Amino acid sequence: MSPLSRIRRAHAMKGEGGWARWTLLLVLVAAIAGLLAMLLLGNIAERKQEAKNPFFRVVELTDQTEDPEIWGKNFPYQYDGYRRTVDQTRTRYGGSEAIARTPSDADPRSIVAQSRLEEDPRLKRMWDGYAFSVDFREERGHAFMLVDQEFTDRQHAAKQPGACLHCHASVYLAYEKLGDGDITAGFEKMNQMPYAEARQHVTHPVACIDCHDPETMQLRVTRPGFLEGIRALEAMKGVADYDPNTMATRQEMRSFVCGQCHVEYYFKGPEKRLTYPWAKGLKIEQVLEYYDEDGHKDWTHARTGADVLKAQHPEFEMWSQGIHARSGVACADCHMPYQRVGALKVSDHHIRSPLLNVNAACQSCHHFPEAEMLARAEQIQSRTFALRNRAMDALVDLIDDLEEATVAGRTDEAIGEARRLQRQAQFRLDYVEAENSMGFHAPQEAARILAESIDYSRQGQLILK
Amino acid sequence: MRFIFPIIAAVVVGASIAAVGFTFVFAHGTSYLSNDPAACANCHIMTEQYDAWSRGSHHAVAVCNDCHAPHDLIGKYTTKAINGWNHSKAFTTGNFVEPIQITARNRAITEHACRSCHADLVQMIDANHRPGGELACLRCHASVGHMQ
Repeated sequence: MSPLSRIRRAHAMKGEGGWARWTLLLVLVAAIAGLLAMLLLGNIAERKQEAKNPFFRVVELTDQTEDPEIWGKNFPYQYDGYRRTVDQTRTRYGGSEAIARTPSDADPRSIVAQSRLEEDPRLKRMWDGYAFSVDFREERGHAFMLVDQEFTDRQHAAKQPGACLHCHASVYLAYEKLGDGDITAGFEKMNQMPYAEARQHVTHPVACIDCHDPETMQLRVTRPGFLEGIRALEAMKGVADYDPNTMATRQEMRSFVCGQCHVEYYFKGPEKRLTYPWAKGLKIEQVLEYYDEDGHKDWTHARTGADVLKAQHPEFEMWSQGIHARSGVACADCHMPYQRVGALKVSDHHIRSPLLNVNAACQSCHHFPEAEMLARAEQIQSRTFALRNRAMDALVDLIDDLEEATVAGRTDEAIGEARRLQRQAQFRLDYVEAENSMGFHAPQEAARILAESIDYSRQGQLILK
Repeated sequence: MRFIFPIIAAVVVGASIAAVGFTFVFAHGTSYLSNDPAACANCHIMTEQYDAWSRGSHHAVAVCNDCHAPHDLIGKYTTKAINGWNHSKAFTTGNFVEPIQITARNRAITEHACRSCHADLVQMIDANHRPGGELACLRCHASVGHMQ
């Protein structure tokens, strides 16, 4: 029975007039409509309010506010995401897995990431004689950058300088204090300190203050290493005194802030000045040419005596050679895509692999199903990985041959040439290996580099024949 | 005593009309009856599309309604009503897919709009293809109105 006929029957039983029933119905309908309208009004008012105020200034932030928790009071959505970088999630070729370990006094960590050296023992041979052959694990999220560096066994294998903290801690305020207001002076001081001493000056892993101006929230570059590197790169192109903080576009800054650390680097000279080798360009040959001219070596290979280089994590350089960079896509577009929170658009501060967030990271531009996008990315990575394995085999073969020749006491010209080729092959392989995208940031560039690496390794073997 | 009921009824009805009316005005209800493209970005969900349109090749010759609503009066307001209902439901409940996607019905309307203005050109293309084939303007020209 419908409500209408129920009311009608109720009224008929009481014997009241027809108008009363209709009035009652009208009141009921009007009351419900009024209620719904007010609920909607409340919702619209809330959304309008959200759109009006992107944030609420709960606390005053200054250039001295280092603790991200305080920034989080004004920016709770961003802070929530930032805190989620503790997640350990694997992708097919990257990402970390939580491995339990028994904490000790020397290393209080109860969870670490999987060991890459155990996954691929060839890495030990490549890095023989260098601290990385002792302990090298899959990188975890930003939240762990400081502890994972503080407690890696590499700290015992070699004396690490304070320069490392440039990218493993929030150093902005520490530099400012050490340099009495001069960031660069503070940078120079900390670079030379022993790691343990420098560690006393920092508290947090990368924090809000490292990339944001506390007054305007605009992106800013605070790392002297990047400022000096990009200045040298732009000088090579003919731009004098380049300063990203005043001369870069907003979209460029959305990559530059990441490029403050996700780059190839070395410690220059006895003062251990952290330097990005970009004075000749960002391509691998240009980086190598810079190192060769500088005469830099990271270490002498324990088996072959070759002066070799360790590639770090050249994400910025590799990305710069790829199609996404060419199309104007910044790091943050895929690694910190916008997400909708009510009427607000917030960039996702849970920085992670786009493969874990295909919908927001890829599908704003690529109108294909998630599974298709994932398959495309993984196909690129699988191909790169197969090529990387071939390059690794080739390098290990060269190292074996070279070691054999060295042990046999050969000192002829061929040895020197083979060592030079090892340096070339090894840096190329390591460049793709250390780069955290398994080729995705620039697929053809990665393949080209690996192909050259294989060629150099085999050339080296031929010379020794 | 017998007047109390009608008075209550009058108050409730009057208050409800006021509530509905105020909500309508507060939500810029009349803007949705207009042709003003800014109305389509009132809730900010379509800000990107609106921004892109303002820099796109069609912005001098077409507003949102020219491509996203039929050109006849009844069709136009029926479409506005359907989309208005769907969009307000989505935005109020927050339950919608992102990135936003066009529905099949709305895609057909846009396709029809292309063919309506560019009839002369399209006729020559269609003449060489079997009718009912896969040929859709939007398949290749997806970004003429706005990117994405």
